[in-house]
Amino acid sequence: MERPKADLSYVVEALPLGPAFETGQLHDVSSGMRTFRPVIDTEKCVKCLRCFLVCPDGAIDKSGETLEIDYDYCKGCGVCRRACKPGAISMVKEAEV
Amino acid sequence: MALNAKTITNQELFYGHKACPGCGAALAIRLALKVLGERAIVVIPPNCMSTVGYIYPHMPVFVNSVIPPFAGTAAVMSGILAGAEAQGLKNYHVVGFAGDGGTADIGLQALSGMIDRNDRAIFICYDNEAYMNTGVQKSSLTPYGMKTTNTPAGKRIHGSQTSKKRMFEIVAAHGIPYAATASVGYPEDFLAKVEKAMNTDGTSYIHVMAPCPTGWGTESDVTVDIGKEAVDCGLWYLAEYEGGEFRLNRDPKEFSSAEAYLKAQSRFSALDENDFARVLQERDEAWARMRRDWKK
Amino acid sequence: MSGKLFVSGDEAVALAVRQAKPHVIAAYPITPQTIVVERLSDFVEDGSLESQYLYVESEHSAMCACLGASAIGARAFTATSSQGLLYMVEGLHYASGSRFPIVMMNANRSLAAPWSIYNDQRDSLSELECGWIQLYAENAQEAYDTILQAYRIAEDPAVMLPVMVNLDGFVLTHTYELIQMAEQEKVDAYIPYRNFCNKLDLEKPKATCITAGPPYNMEFRYQQHQATLRAAETIRAADREFNEHFGRSYGGLLETYRCEDADAVLVTLGSVAGTARCVVDAYREAGKKVGLLKIRCMRPFPAEETAAALKGAKAVGVLEKDVSFGFEGVVHTNVNSALKEWNVTVPTANYVGGLGGRSISKADIAGIFDGLLSGSLNASETAFVNLRRDICGA
Repeated sequence: MERPKADLSYVVEALPLGPAFETGQLHDVSSGMRTFRPVIDTEKCVKCLRCFLVCPDGAIDKSGETLEIDYDYCKGCGVCRRACKPGAISMVKEAEV
Repeated sequence: MALNAKTITNQELFYGHKACPGCGAALAIRLALKVLGERAIVVIPPNCMSTVGYIYPHMPVFVNSVIPPFAGTAAVMSGILAGAEAQGLKNYHVVGFAGDGGTADIGLQALSGMIDRNDRAIFICYDNEAYMNTGVQKSSLTPYGMKTTNTPAGKRIHGSQTSKKRMFEIVAAHGIPYAATASVGYPEDFLAKVEKAMNTDGTSYIHVMAPCPTGWGTESDVTVDIGKEAVDCGLWYLAEYEGGEFRLNRDPKEFSSAEAYLKAQSRFSALDENDFARVLQERDEAWARMRRDWKK
Repeated sequence: MSGKLFVSGDEAVALAVRQAKPHVIAAYPITPQTIVVERLSDFVEDGSLESQYLYVESEHSAMCACLGASAIGARAFTATSSQGLLYMVEGLHYASGSRFPIVMMNANRSLAAPWSIYNDQRDSLSELECGWIQLYAENAQEAYDTILQAYRIAEDPAVMLPVMVNLDGFVLTHTYELIQMAEQEKVDAYIPYRNFCNKLDLEKPKATCITAGPPYNMEFRYQQHQATLRAAETIRAADREFNEHFGRSYGGLLETYRCEDADAVLVTLGSVAGTARCVVDAYREAGKKVGLLKIRCMRPFPAEETAAALKGAKAVGVLEKDVSFGFEGVVHTNVNSALKEWNVTVPTANYVGGLGGRSISKADIAGIFDGLLSGSLNASETAFVNLRRDICGA
């Protein structure tokens, strides 16, 4: 999957000069915001990529053979499920995963 | 090559942010940065997007960025541009992402100044129709009848009593090289407009409707659908201003139900029959004018 | 260009800015402004200055444009005055907090209301807390030299803070004096452009002015405070090096004039120091031991040097063109705090003068010295110099 990974062990050792900091550093994940998890049925998926296009978090990766969801940053909003015309995405309660 | 889900890059430049689930504004920025690329220089004033994007040391905007004073988005953009030009930097795009308040209220003066200078930069207004970051307060782009925390909807007053400022036309009246309206409900159209803005030699402006589940009172999964619905029912519109001419990109023969659009959002829960009638009348008057005066 | 020129304080500043070669100049022409930015636009037009000149629609945007320019590593300049300074205050805090080495000239003028276009220092002195280094010039030559020094100070990697160079409106900005110009090669050597370590970088992207929550915010502030304190040494070094390059020096953060054995010392800042200097000379000639302490830098405040300079005096007067309503002049507060901090016990009296352009004459200053020498100071009351007592119920 081509998605950036979080470095959760990062500790601030010395502040930069002024509040200017290198971008693209992830030190936290968003999975805690999720109640329902989207699951892609790759059999039903026709790779129209609509879900990839409209995901507000960019959590759906299109680089592989099948679409993959980065559950570190998927918040479970369900936009992808509604966008999926073939009905290949279902929302599963996190507790039941 | 048309920009769509297949052709746009898989690389994410706004990733790992802390926006609410289903955030329309986050989607707009994500898509815009896919077009603008790694050498975009982003200016986002204090709003939801800068709040979720730059909390030290978690930095989910993957490009150069400045958080400017609320009123100064466009002026900071101009300063970056001038500084970059003076140092001979090449191949970059200066882009601002301000909300409806940061554009049409407190940011309007600086935006007007930038358009006047015709600085080569892209100003994107993500319009979620109220000050959402501070808990939903009315802006001049809040629609009639919207319940906000400072335009409460009670028996006597049904939410905001003013209608949306015609911001797109205000921008166009400057004689800007390129301006457009868009919606996250029509993502390909938005991508194409960002690309057009990127290639514009001078100032460009895109006003993108970006639904906010939290402020609109909708489920998090309907963001894209309701953004499309706003356009289909005629309460928003897709248009461009280019070469001194307005053009309607979408001119539906028949609108879908505006009442159904409004009733689907708890922010309009106080509207009664008279209010619906007013909204429809204003919509029809606006469309009559646009259809009369603008190209199709 | 070198040699001598007969110019106004404004023109002296514009000439210095041209030699400092900022990448970006952003200015709003009113509220009010001086002809500094008009001259700079002339220089851009005639090709003698290659800056990007931004015509902005307000001072707020002038400062914002400087923020943007500085964020991407450009040397930036703006100028303002009075209400205009106040209109850009929000941006002043952004600049200092983000450690952007912007240089700004401020023509000290009164604040409304009541409206007045004339000189006093209530504009800049009300902004001591905005994190900018604040320098005050006495005359056109010092104004010219201080602009060059300001870039040396602001862009020092140990400092990286914005600098405000203050000139008394009209008294200094609009009067003509002979100034000695610096040779361009020497200016280039004195203030070579260096990369800002905190600038945006297309190859290695950065975000600036970012959010720092409770776990980090105070530490950023501490660093800013330390940098501002450290700037004191840079200001001294900048003045020393300036002397080496150009043969002129202003004492760094302050200048003492005939203070050594003085019984009475007048503390002041800006152009009135020139008037005070004449009075000191006359009094010394008459055998009266008086001296002048000219504060050149209000932030960082030269507390130790102030205390050291006033240690031997029997009475100290602080003459300033501002008042913090309901208390006293803010320079007086700063001087007293410095004295207390360094255990110097000397009676001080506060003289507020020059508000809204009221002139301060040699006789007025002589009167202050007479009072200080008389040994009958009323330290508890702020004296308004040259006040028309009959019409204001005083």
